Amino acid sequence: MLSRLAAPRTGGMLALAVVIALLPLVLSNKYFYDIAVLVGLNAIVCVGLNLLIGYAGQISLGHAGFFGAGAYGSAILASRYGWPPLAAMLATTLAVAALAFLVGRPILRLKGHYLAMATLGLGIIIFMVITTEDRFTGGPDGISVVPLSIGGFVLQGERLWYWVVGALLLLAVWLALNLIESPAGRALRALHSSEVGAEVVGINAAEHKLMVFVISAVFASIAGSLAAHYSGFVTPGKAAFLHSIELVTMVVFGGMASTFGAVVGAAVLTTLPQLLTVFEDYEMMVFGAVMMGTMIFLPRGVVPSVARLFRARRREPADHAETRR
Amino acid sequence: MKSTRAKDSFKRGLVAVAAAFTLMAGTAIAAEPIKIGSFLSVTGGAAFLGDPEQKTLELYVEKINAGGGVLGRKLELVAYDSAGDAEKARTFVKRLIEQDKVDVIVGGSTTGETMAVVPLVEAAQVPFISLAGAVVIVEPVKKWVFKTPHTDRMACEKIFIDMQSRKLSKIALISGPGGFDKSMRGQCLGVAKKYGVDVIADETYGKGDTDMTAQLTKIKNTAGVQAVLNAGFGEGPAIVTKNYRQIGISVPLYQSHGVASKEFIKLAGAAAEGVRLPAAALLVAESLPASDPQRPVVVAYKKEYESRFKSEVSTFGGHAYDGLYLVVEAMKKAGGTDKAKVRDALEGVRGFMGTAGVFNMSAGDHMGLDLSAFRMLEVKGGDWTLVK
Amino acid sequence: MSAQFMQYLLTGLTVGAIYALVALGFSIIFNASHVINFAQGEFVMIGGMTTVTLTAAGLPYLLAIPLAIAAAALVGLALEKFAVEPARGASVITLIIITIGASIFLRGLAMVIWDKRFHALKPFTGDTPIAIGGATVLPQSLWVIGVTLAIVLALSWFFGRTLLGKAMLATSHNRLAAQLVGINVRMVLFLSFGLSAALGAVAGILIAPITTTSYDVGVMLGLKGFASAILGGLGSGVGAVVGGLVLGIAETMSAGYISSAYKDAIAFVIILAVLFFMPSGLFGKRGSERV
Repeated sequence: MLSRLAAPRTGGMLALAVVIALLPLVLSNKYFYDIAVLVGLNAIVCVGLNLLIGYAGQISLGHAGFFGAGAYGSAILASRYGWPPLAAMLATTLAVAALAFLVGRPILRLKGHYLAMATLGLGIIIFMVITTEDRFTGGPDGISVVPLSIGGFVLQGERLWYWVVGALLLLAVWLALNLIESPAGRALRALHSSEVGAEVVGINAAEHKLMVFVISAVFASIAGSLAAHYSGFVTPGKAAFLHSIELVTMVVFGGMASTFGAVVGAAVLTTLPQLLTVFEDYEMMVFGAVMMGTMIFLPRGVVPSVARLFRARRREPADHAETRR
Repeated sequence: MKSTRAKDSFKRGLVAVAAAFTLMAGTAIAAEPIKIGSFLSVTGGAAFLGDPEQKTLELYVEKINAGGGVLGRKLELVAYDSAGDAEKARTFVKRLIEQDKVDVIVGGSTTGETMAVVPLVEAAQVPFISLAGAVVIVEPVKKWVFKTPHTDRMACEKIFIDMQSRKLSKIALISGPGGFDKSMRGQCLGVAKKYGVDVIADETYGKGDTDMTAQLTKIKNTAGVQAVLNAGFGEGPAIVTKNYRQIGISVPLYQSHGVASKEFIKLAGAAAEGVRLPAAALLVAESLPASDPQRPVVVAYKKEYESRFKSEVSTFGGHAYDGLYLVVEAMKKAGGTDKAKVRDALEGVRGFMGTAGVFNMSAGDHMGLDLSAFRMLEVKGGDWTLVK
Repeated sequence: MSAQFMQYLLTGLTVGAIYALVALGFSIIFNASHVINFAQGEFVMIGGMTTVTLTAAGLPYLLAIPLAIAAAALVGLALEKFAVEPARGASVITLIIITIGASIFLRGLAMVIWDKRFHALKPFTGDTPIAIGGATVLPQSLWVIGVTLAIVLALSWFFGRTLLGKAMLATSHNRLAAQLVGINVRMVLFLSFGLSAALGAVAGILIAPITTTSYDVGVMLGLKGFASAILGGLGSGVGAVVGGLVLGIAETMSAGYISSAYKDAIAFVIILAVLFFMPSGLFGKRGSERV
């Protein structure tokens, strides 16, 4: 099954759709649905972040900032000022896109670890604004959020949310795959291999990087808005540095430059803490060890490494273009 | 992973069927334990709250079971570490309600975690006793939500009353970055006027800060400051106290109930001399007069905890003790674990003596403590003493 | 006013010196391996917590401190041996995730070995404040600043005068060339982890009497150290020190003169502004491109 995940676009989409459709058979109560919804929301962020990290080769340690901005934008506009949730979400998304566009230009001129630092700083500044401006944000204790209502219909309950988030995840994956296949996507991959080379053949590196940066911020912001409405409560922790690290870890864990890898990474790292509760005091140690072990033995991430293994066993020639998906 | 889940739910199904049969057969379900659910910040920034809370719950569930349990049934503690993360707390509470099917929930070390799960327990109608401080938890009253610690507003009031008696009316506030700190700062600013206290400087410090002399220097140079109040918990207040003495501020320093443990004195060392704070009687258990009705409860808890864990008792663990025994009391009164009945019984608790003081719950007050539960303490000779 | 300024400056220097030590650790490992070691903060924690345990067991500082530094160095070496070396050839971001995993693991381990409470350490030489130009500092602050200065001098001697130091420097400039002239690059990599772990531990021990220490004290200090290393320019020793001091002073000055609530945010705005004009930090190598 895993080899199918790495197989051509339609196959992967189909497999993901089937998994989403069949998963409820094993989700025996609301708690399992809840985990599935969280996986879906994280996966949406990771699919976007993967475009930036995996394809454009630009690291970001500040995406939780965009996630938090989305969550708090929706929370404040919808709950404090009584906007219709969809309008609040739209306005927030536009604002985050504008923010990403404005700061993206100078920040993306930086390379490697300097870029990591700049995005990290950006995330921390957003976090500090959220924690400090407690008149609007409720400060460190957080703020309640009204449920997501569309017209007169209120979207409530884990099961309903499951289908909505599942559909949105499919949409996000579809968008990402299309972007990767588009001429812009090919330009991006060229960027990742060699920025100078890409420039030489006439690719406007700065424009492309900025575009992907904005897209990934928008994905994070929308997931943040949804998460706020779904939980009914949001705390600054969602915008914190550690959450940014979590998101990057999910992408790398699942497999960089693999859209389905991002989904798998989100799924594994969201459910893992729930499974590790049996270790009690040793939970943190085991979590750290799992992270280290996976990255040491599967340095390319779970999905590409496993896919490669399958291919090797079937003695098919390794195809680089395929593993990249 | 998926298959394990499927197996799990299958097993659970069998158990449910079996349980249904036993019910139909009319046999006693006495063997079925009472499930107490809990989610605490056992790790993370609020670990100094969650750690003693969890230890206390484990200790006393064991003790109650050794004494025959409640209503002839054993207690079973199902506890998760929410690490101070509201999102985790929410997921774990869902797990407690949906998967573990607990009868009551005692937990929630921080206000953020507590508030994040309030909608869930209200919807699922499970009695929930929070161990977090802020006043928003019980104001406005939420049908299924109770709490055991004093509120931050009460702490502010107690401190301001003490300031009034010492004729200190112009004060400076310095607070930390956490939810507790911010909430208390807000409450203090809110009630200051009522006690004729003027806050003329208002500084904050950040998470993990290693030095607060800059903020304190600013306060020192603010003309007319007669006292300083530090709202905060963790290591921050200890650093504030040390820096306070270092730069030679001589006006009285007040700390909050957030550092109400022996540990604070250990961390701040000699600088802690003369610091005052409001706290439950637990901290001065042995020096309470024999006539004090609270004495037996706090002395017993202190002894149990310290002999078992070889570490100093804190009021935080005391909140968990109060929460657990309130639940037990309510279940006894309700004659079972019916959630609605237990909730009603909790609301009807009167004159219950806990480590934090006397609880008198009512439909309009889901905490039930009043200002008399707080004692004003001062550090003298390296230990907490009662201010007369 | 000037006394106030003096107070902020001295405080900023103390805080900055600690950031500088952590930042030096980042730079040394980066030079040898191009890895950003996100477990650097954990060395700070191990240094502080081990000293707390050893002194509580009755050991004098003169014995406890070297032992604690050695313990941290051992952990650093083990980290290289068991986590970084097996992943040789992995992408930079994979290595970052490995070190993040290592930091979570070490924090979890510390929690099990020790506890989750805060611990105080006795100041090296009393805690009677010393007045300097209208400001007051704790004797421990002078220790922090003095030891940092001594370490910076020792390191510049080490990298400039000793064979091993020169080998490490050569490796950072051109790994292949270093290997060709017979430098054991693997050994250099290994030792760099030990050295920077020791530096982290020193920072942790120096600061513990002022701020107390606990199992998760490394998170924020690691972050600030990383920020300092970047601000100064990755891989530059001078940069790490200047970066640390600038960050420390910027924080306290902002807290004192602008807003204590936003002091960290202001510090990061400054870093972003510097990077905007100097994309490789204050003293970083120009034009080197790595992702």
